[in-house]
Amino acid sequence: MSGRLRLGGQVLAVGVVVALLGLLIWKVAVGNDNAVTKSLAQGKPIRGPEFTLPYLRGTGELEFASLRGKAVVLNFWASWCGPCKDETPLLQKGWQRWQGKDVVFVGIDAKDFRGDARAFVERFGVTYPNVYDGKGSMVGRYGVPAFPETFFIDRSGKVVYRIAGPVADDAELDEAIARALARS
Amino acid sequence: MTRLVLVAALALVAALALVAAVAPAAASEQRPTAAELESELVCPVCDSTLDTSNAEIARRMKTFIRTRIAAGDTKSEIKAKLVDQFGPRVLAVPPRKGFDWLAWLLPLAGIGVAAAVVGAIAWSWSRGHAAAAAPDEPPLDPEQERRLDDELDRFE
Repeated sequence: MSGRLRLGGQVLAVGVVVALLGLLIWKVAVGNDNAVTKSLAQGKPIRGPEFTLPYLRGTGELEFASLRGKAVVLNFWASWCGPCKDETPLLQKGWQRWQGKDVVFVGIDAKDFRGDARAFVERFGVTYPNVYDGKGSMVGRYGVPAFPETFFIDRSGKVVYRIAGPVADDAELDEAIARALARS
Repeated sequence: MTRLVLVAALALVAALALVAAVAPAAASEQRPTAAELESELVCPVCDSTLDTSNAEIARRMKTFIRTRIAAGDTKSEIKAKLVDQFGPRVLAVPPRKGFDWLAWLLPLAGIGVAAAVVGAIAWSWSRGHAAAAAPDEPPLDPEQERRLDDELDRFE
């Protein structure tokens, strides 16, 4: 009886270790947090994680796949984020400059009150589309450590460049957009 | 008669304990305080409870909580509104439903398994000691004992 008990305990212990190891392997293999950031750091464009998110204002949803064929400026922001307040007017100006030139700007408002975010876009007169991701589900997928952060995506849906923190000026924005257009 | 009084007294104490346990919870649900809600909700940016966070979004959530308390919302309603905005990860304690039940059941299961293992080991050890203390050979029958005594007597 004692031998069988010991064997049972050993089997249980080995089972627990194998299960934990499996969980670790699964997390490393399947978990894709920071995949975009890591790939860009190695100079390799990577397909942007897909999303379908509701528009911040109005109804309906924006599907990332529907933007294929255009370069995309994907900006993560939140109304409570101080640097986002400085950056938004610059992005709005950029949108007015690039609109109709195969470029689309999309804002992803994350981890924010929807009402606050709506007031924010009203206040800054933002006219490019913004979607709402209150749960921040795309923050991890794109590996965004802090707001704001902007990704530049080519016409085929691959992320080619990112700016962590606020976009400094028009020249930096234009150069990044030109990179995305050049790859297409 | 004495036993009947004792049982009645125990039942009364149990009922009072139940009321004492349930009444504050019911009052807390209907009239929550900002402090208790802030300790039960998590800042979505810094992943610490609101009462320990000074992040801008945490401050906005605290303001929201105070506004909703003033408006007469119950604790569940306020939590539901925040979950609607930020998702279930704002809850410091997972809800008792669906997959989240695992967070409640697994620790209990772990304690149960640990108790079973400790019990089994203790039982196994006690059996081992009893076996070691007991003689391996069966006791002598009276005839053998008599003959052994005779043999021993011859050497004296």
